[in-house]
Amino acid sequence: MKIDLRLPILFGVLAVLTGLIALTFEAPYVTMSQWGYRGTGMAVVYNDKAIKASEVANLVPAAQDKVEKSGKKAREVYENVQVLGDLDENEFNRLMAAITEWVSPEQGCSYCHNEEGFAHDKMYQKVVARSMLKMTQDINANWTSHVKATGVTCYTCHRGNNVPANIWFNNEPGGSMAGVIPPKTIGQNTPVKSVAYSSLPYDYGTSFLENDAQIRVNSETALPGGNQTSLMRTEHTYGLMMHMSSSLGVNCTYCHNTRNISQRENNPPQWANAWHGIRMVRTMNTGYLNPLKPVYPATRLGALGDAPKLNCATCHNGAYKPLNGTSMIPDYPELAPATATKVSYLPLKTN
Amino acid sequence: MAYQNIFTRVQVHGGPDLGMPQKPAFTVLGQRGSQTFDWHILGRFGDAQVGPFYLGWTGVLSLILGIFAFNIMGMNMLAQVNYDPVQFIRQLFWLSLDPPRPEYGLSFPPLNDGGWYMIAGFCLTASILLFWLRMYRRAIALGMGTHIAWAFAAAIWLYLVLGFFRPLAMGSWSEAVPFGIFPHLDWTTAFSLRYGNLFYNPFHALSIVFLYGSALLFAMHAGTILAVSRYGGEREIEQITDRGTASERAALFWRWTMGFNGTMESVHRWAWWFAVLTPITGGIGILLTGTVVDNWYLWAVKHGVAAQYPLVFPPVADPALAPGR
Repeated sequence: MKIDLRLPILFGVLAVLTGLIALTFEAPYVTMSQWGYRGTGMAVVYNDKAIKASEVANLVPAAQDKVEKSGKKAREVYENVQVLGDLDENEFNRLMAAITEWVSPEQGCSYCHNEEGFAHDKMYQKVVARSMLKMTQDINANWTSHVKATGVTCYTCHRGNNVPANIWFNNEPGGSMAGVIPPKTIGQNTPVKSVAYSSLPYDYGTSFLENDAQIRVNSETALPGGNQTSLMRTEHTYGLMMHMSSSLGVNCTYCHNTRNISQRENNPPQWANAWHGIRMVRTMNTGYLNPLKPVYPATRLGALGDAPKLNCATCHNGAYKPLNGTSMIPDYPELAPATATKVSYLPLKTN
Repeated sequence: MAYQNIFTRVQVHGGPDLGMPQKPAFTVLGQRGSQTFDWHILGRFGDAQVGPFYLGWTGVLSLILGIFAFNIMGMNMLAQVNYDPVQFIRQLFWLSLDPPRPEYGLSFPPLNDGGWYMIAGFCLTASILLFWLRMYRRAIALGMGTHIAWAFAAAIWLYLVLGFFRPLAMGSWSEAVPFGIFPHLDWTTAFSLRYGNLFYNPFHALSIVFLYGSALLFAMHAGTILAVSRYGGEREIEQITDRGTASERAALFWRWTMGFNGTMESVHRWAWWFAVLTPITGGIGILLTGTVVDNWYLWAVKHGVAAQYPLVFPPVADPALAPGR
């Protein structure tokens, strides 16, 4: 008996095609929680698997063992201790051990220190580390509007890496899809992680996290009243927002009442927190990261010769709060002094 | 039922139906019948006969300009990935030919900074308008009404508003839509975000009503006719002039279920107007955005359209307005 295979083959092909398309979707399951007045679509949506993975990836390492005070200050014992000189000698050494674990677990002390003399500033890593310590203290003392009492430590960004996993350079796409070579001159229209694989502009950092270009695009009045913001400018803001969304693993409604994205009243309080976060990142980039440019070797610089900079993902690493909101400050209070030198934002002259 | 009028294996193949002869003959592909052929697969969905295909000067020009537009877009995308065919395919959905930047206003920009976009846009627009003219003239040639051409014109209206009239009114070609798959979708979202949520634009709402209404009418009409095809209901034209039991049953069905029925003739007017009003109202909504209204949400609040909900979150002061910023 001859069997007609045409229909089975047709269904087979359709099944394979359906399977291939299904693979492009996010894996189930999703948890939705109400986040505003009922029936308004104000809900935050989480993918359960992604949340679990993010929780595991953002665990805090065990703190260094507590030490007895020696009674001597670090600057009395060691030479050239510029930032942490007032710290007790033993606590200073404990912090150094922690920093080694956080930043250079493989290379150890010699990643920053010249073995001939620990006080030397010969290695650029040490000069960078000193600046980063100042930055950490500045953030914890002066940017509680964003970091609250939780604060940040070296580990918040470094996570055991010499260089934090999420940094950015001027006009460079952050995290291209594997095997994709981004278009050179366009500045958008390529699948990169930093804009959540949309086609939006990926150099939002230069505009908003280094320069202080206007982020708000909406008019405050119903009728036209001189707001000249173009759609292209809007796409830059949109790119920044996609970056924030993917850096925190949240959707728009986490910060915005999306019926009117620019509405100030009845926004979730996270919106104001994020506002301060943008200013904080901008200030840190111009106040600490950019000035280090002459210190770095060429391999650490971007294609345009600029210093590596930070953005929301540098600390957040996909979690709504860095390290799931766990504070490391109680274990390392020296990183969060009550007062620290505050660096102010200085607008760039160029660009 | 042995015979169904769609997805049937039964196909009757006679000689080709060539229509009336057209002059000059070379403007028609398959005029002499030698290039006309039957394709079995097509016969399963509609008529198996392919051709004759009328070109004419409007068709030839439309085709040439359309190919120009398509190739300018494609070559620009290819140039963006350094002429790498693998990257071209991988990034195809992201790649785009973008309009000029805002600083060029309504002037003609350099070729690699939006100039190619302007040329591609011109070729595409000319191609579409010539195709419209071709449809209009062929309808006249066949002694038909010009309903199809005018329905097409409604779609062209929306296209022209997006790429020509609104950019002109805004004083900048940068307001036009990029030629790219994801880029034009992201542009659409950016458009709604910039102008305070397009859902509060009443013409956007009307357009959605007509769009969804079109789908509903299509399903109602198609379902009705298929359901009475056993009584000859698919012979709609005959049923208009000489109403038979198919028409009576279909009409009674709708009067029973919803108290009112369209007629064999009127349902097509319903469908045509719903379809045509979708892009007409949509185009009006786009044209008003940024030119007459700058924030649709605030416009809706001003006119009592947007509902007000109880406040859920504690009041958050705008940090940008805080003293000592």
